[in-house]
Amino acid sequence: METETLEGILAEHPFAKGLKDDYVQLMMGCASNVRFEAGQFIFHGGEDANQFYLIRDGKVSLEVFAAQRGPLTILTLEGGDVLGWSWLFPPYRWKFDARALERTRALGLDATCLRTKCEADHDLGYELLKRFVLVVEQRLQAARFQLLNVYS
Amino acid sequence: MTHPMVPRLWWITRRRRETHDTFTVELKPSNGSSEFRFAPGQFNMLYIWGAGEVAISISGDPNAPGSLIHTIRSVGAVTRLMQKLKSGDEVGVRGPFGSCWPIEQAVSGDVIFVAGGVGLAPLRPAIYHVLAQRKRYQRVVLLYGTRAPADILYARELERWRARFDAQVRVTVDHAAGGWMGSVGVVTHLIARARFDPARTTAMICGPEVMMRFTAMELEKRGVPAKNMHISMERNMKCALGLCGHCQYGPSFICKDGPVFSYERLKPLLAIREV
Repeated sequence: METETLEGILAEHPFAKGLKDDYVQLMMGCASNVRFEAGQFIFHGGEDANQFYLIRDGKVSLEVFAAQRGPLTILTLEGGDVLGWSWLFPPYRWKFDARALERTRALGLDATCLRTKCEADHDLGYELLKRFVLVVEQRLQAARFQLLNVYS
Repeated sequence: MTHPMVPRLWWITRRRRETHDTFTVELKPSNGSSEFRFAPGQFNMLYIWGAGEVAISISGDPNAPGSLIHTIRSVGAVTRLMQKLKSGDEVGVRGPFGSCWPIEQAVSGDVIFVAGGVGLAPLRPAIYHVLAQRKRYQRVVLLYGTRAPADILYARELERWRARFDAQVRVTVDHAAGGWMGSVGVVTHLIARARFDPARTTAMICGPEVMMRFTAMELEKRGVPAKNMHISMERNMKCALGLCGHCQYGPSFICKDGPVFSYERLKPLLAIREV
């Protein structure tokens, strides 16, 4: 039976594609395998953003709870996606809730550990920031597109 | 042969509600002739006596020409009246008109359909054709996005297509409240998740113009050549013959040169507001 290594999983994730081996090693030191069952909350809005996640498979709903309307889904994320960027900016707290819609496997990256490494190695920090900015840009474009309500 | 400006009489034999504002009608010719041949992507002019005429894409199966099927969204004066029609009522039909989806050009390669909202209706004949002749194509991908779960068009058919082992079918909605377990996000997000060989892919895109532009940009990012992408345009069509000029789009008439165009041809025009 072939065993997947943490390093292999991290290197193959689209977020880390093309990342230098040294940086993969540095990130790996902050990474762990995590699994969430269907219906399980990964985090709640307002909690400390101590981790972010590189989703391997499954489906996660990013949502906000509105009184009298219940949970409203903003976005669903799947294998290959990144969950969470609130760990990057003070006050390091989640803005929304994240809930697994089905069994989900991910790599969890310890935020404090990674921030410390980014502060110590600005090249690593810049590399990661470029990748996060791309994620933010894609989500911003999508949010604008959603606001246009093009199907109305 | 009937003059193309003269509508022929057809009877509504079946009417089905699709969503709160969209419905499908099945028509039979009143003169008893049995076949209506069309190519996927073409449209008809449907006439309600005393109200007016509108261009509506044909959304039925091109390999089952025994009946004519149109899916219509109730958005204007004529289509609102059409929504009230029932079995046995009569409409005028002119057509079929216009260009078609490049289903033959796509043979031997991957095919990706990207539909937004009611834009799934003009693509459905091409989807029927490709799935009916599945062995002639490599990977088949259908990505569909719409506003909310209640707006999903042809939901049962999408479920059937998704259950096939030889097609990737993904559906997403822009907004969803609790209870929806499917994907939420814009349709362009699905492109990154689909498996296809960009260099050997033919893309057929139909939906609101903004959605088609963003979709084409995303497909280009994946490496699909502009010449392999095709979009279906919509403008106010009157004569459907390229005579009246109502649907002029730059140097083209949507009714005669379109509605299906190569994205490569329209790309320079799509960004110009004045066109």
